[in-house]
Amino acid sequence: MRGVVKGLAVIKPGVQSLIQDRGRFGFHAIGLTTGGPLDYSAFRWANRLCGNSDSAACIEVLMGGLVLQAQVATQIAVTGAVIPLTINHRPVACWRSHCLHPGDRVELGNASAGCRAYLAVSGGFDVQPSFGSAATVVREGLGGIKGDGEPLGSGDILPCSTTEMGPCLDLDQFYQPTYQNTDISLRVVLGYQQALFSQAQQQLFFNSDYRLSADCDRMGFRLAGAAIRSSTTSLLSEGVCLGAIQFPGDGQPIVLMRDRQTIGGYPKIGSVLSLDLDKLAQLLPGATVRFEAIGIEHAHNLIHLSEQRFQSTPLVEITD
Amino acid sequence: MSAEFPKIAVAGENSLIVYFSDHPNRQLSSLIVRTSDYLNQSCGEGSAEWLIDLVPSYTSLLVIYNPLLTDHHQVRRALRHAIQQSSASADLNKGRTIELPVYYSVESGPDLARLAEAAQIATEEVIAIHQQTDYLVYTIGFAPGFAYLGEVDPRIAAPRLVTPRARVPRGAVAIADRQTAVYPAPSPGGWNIIGLCPTPLFDPNLEPPMPFKIGDRVRFTAIDRQQFLQLGGCETDLEGEIL
Repeated sequence: MRGVVKGLAVIKPGVQSLIQDRGRFGFHAIGLTTGGPLDYSAFRWANRLCGNSDSAACIEVLMGGLVLQAQVATQIAVTGAVIPLTINHRPVACWRSHCLHPGDRVELGNASAGCRAYLAVSGGFDVQPSFGSAATVVREGLGGIKGDGEPLGSGDILPCSTTEMGPCLDLDQFYQPTYQNTDISLRVVLGYQQALFSQAQQQLFFNSDYRLSADCDRMGFRLAGAAIRSSTTSLLSEGVCLGAIQFPGDGQPIVLMRDRQTIGGYPKIGSVLSLDLDKLAQLLPGATVRFEAIGIEHAHNLIHLSEQRFQSTPLVEITD
Repeated sequence: MSAEFPKIAVAGENSLIVYFSDHPNRQLSSLIVRTSDYLNQSCGEGSAEWLIDLVPSYTSLLVIYNPLLTDHHQVRRALRHAIQQSSASADLNKGRTIELPVYYSVESGPDLARLAEAAQIATEEVIAIHQQTDYLVYTIGFAPGFAYLGEVDPRIAAPRLVTPRARVPRGAVAIADRQTAVYPAPSPGGWNIIGLCPTPLFDPNLEPPMPFKIGDRVRFTAIDRQQFLQLGGCETDLEGEIL
């Protein structure tokens, strides 16, 4: 039997803070989505700075405002959106790990570039998985610390263990991703019903700017701009992959994110490259994006290069 | 299968989609399930770990793979092999038939009267027609445990609502075009509601978490108000909450 659960206590949850691990896989056939971090790159850096693998559970913090109090001695790291971070009211840097002692207070301010930050803890949060994953999917009522899909609330205890304090780790600024609030290019792997979109419609799509509408959440980002038509308006429902760009009857594109529905019946022109979904996930309504077509081989090259870069980037040990 | 099928297309950087035909039917659903099972067994845990997930649907199978461990050429080869093996194997799984009780009424089915009026038949007849078919589970999606069942008799088929409801109650039995379904949990929805089913259809604590799978059949049987409540139906869902 385990005794009193200890870890990090939530003093304030902020706008919306969710437990996320890499996601829930193998359950699409019963209608479960994957969930997982919207900015995967920032998520895995946070984990790596704490000495964790990608499978460890972190907190995805939307906009900011999260306040935590440590009940154990451990290490944390915050990555992602540009956000003020303080420990016991003293400003400290993101993109490196910090030692926490029982009683320490961690506060995230408001993001000034990007909108999603990731807070990892040494060893990961010890959350009972639902269907193999701790990823919180609010819409499905699955995952999170109680397994019911609820976002973090005041008074929640995020279980984590006391860890050996090794040296802190730092990612040099040179290697850190940069975050901008608009004007992003999203590469698209052409596929699905691409053939149902005429050459003229495809040219229009790849040469137009689109604005993020107010209707953007973890399920999908609805964009506004030139309406794109295909030769059909509905299909027999079929499996929808990460990043798929679907066009409902009004011709306005929707990019499907990690909490997407597993199947859908709107025509799709292809799917946004995962590396670029990380950037899209950091934008707020009103930001503009463009789309750029690439082939599958090019996409695979980019993914391999990115992975190689992640694996070979050194972390620097620091002693405070 | 014609020469045109199966057709394999790129869906995204980590997904291929196989189209088996243009037209769904029971034999096709069975082949898609067998292909899916074959891939799960041969790729899942053992020799090849590139398989991440599978989404079987009406006429297609989405195959999600890890592009760091394989490429789409290899996955295409594995898919063609799996389809060949599954096409050759006998259709042993005839599927089960699951019976679901439904309280059909105006108080539990706010669109029942409108469907009857549109078809120019009595509401009792709509209820009788809905029970006459053993529906095939074509696919599961939209929400956990949401099964797309077909095909509905054309006399009671009806298009989706122009403005979807903000909240459809748990257990709502509904029709959209020639499909019918039971909402496993409260959610927004645009299907025409004709009754309520008291049987839980998705419970994460059960193994399996839902009573049917693709390829099974579902038969609906009418129950009255009292039986609905005895079987665990929720009275508040009958008190004008469905607007």
